[in-house]
Amino acid sequence: MSDESSEENKPRAIVIGHGDFSAGLVSAVDQICGMAGKLVGLSMMGLTPEDIEASIRAALARTGARVIFTDLPAASATLAARRIVKDDPGVVVVSGVNLATLLDFVFSTAASPAEAARSAAERGKASLIVVERS
Amino acid sequence: MGIHLYRIDDRLIHGQVVVGWGQPLNIRFLILVDDLVASSDWEKELYRMAVPPEMEIYFANVETAIRDHTRYAGDPRPGILIAGDIDTMNRLVKGVKAIGSVNLGGIHHRAGRAEKLRYIFLTPDEELQLKMLEGAGVEVTAQDVPSSRARPLAEVLEGDSK
Repeated sequence: MSDESSEENKPRAIVIGHGDFSAGLVSAVDQICGMAGKLVGLSMMGLTPEDIEASIRAALARTGARVIFTDLPAASATLAARRIVKDDPGVVVVSGVNLATLLDFVFSTAASPAEAARSAAERGKASLIVVERS
Repeated sequence: MGIHLYRIDDRLIHGQVVVGWGQPLNIRFLILVDDLVASSDWEKELYRMAVPPEMEIYFANVETAIRDHTRYAGDPRPGILIAGDIDTMNRLVKGVKAIGSVNLGGIHHRAGRAEKLRYIFLTPDEELQLKMLEGAGVEVTAQDVPSSRARPLAEVLEGDSK
């Protein structure tokens, strides 16, 4: 799913979360718009905090991605990502990612990574709606 | 109320602790016992930002955790005490006789450790430390989340593959 070879399909973000969360989200993006190549999904299952951080750093270095999407603010991946931001202020972290967030992000090709991340986060928040009979 | 769980978890504050245990036990405070974290304002802020607003977090090194344990244990709210490794919990137990049980929540793979459970990897020395902890009268079980079964130390050391 993740074709890092072509420039237009170059990864712009890492997605990491619990269980198969990232694989599921990246797969969903691919099904909807075929742009999974913009994302690199990582799992943190069975990893120490040090290994999670090393895994994210390696993916950032390999792909040139500057945005890290994580599932929960309290996740080990979020803490690891915040450590990376401390060392590299050009990296942006968005926690609480959902499908609407990622879809907005992969289409924001003209924006800088930080601008794309902020826009995507707003779209993700707005996608949470409650529907009930009045 | 007071401390409901004494947990060894190398990820310290994370989803399993804050949500997995925090929600069903209605946890309202966490005590993170770690000498390194307690000595760093940046590390403390990092973990503080991972805790939801309804939870309070205290940071302590082993020495201050022993000193303040009576206060934590007497707190009317339910709480969890977390240490990142076996050695830290062992030192705490030596100074606090009231600790009757310890939960192994996550000790992940690194060089020299062998897999015991999906989320528990131990060196021979760590196995020995846990046996000594149990020998001192502390019940040691492994349980990553509340919905899984608490597995006694003997079963943990036997491992899933045997």
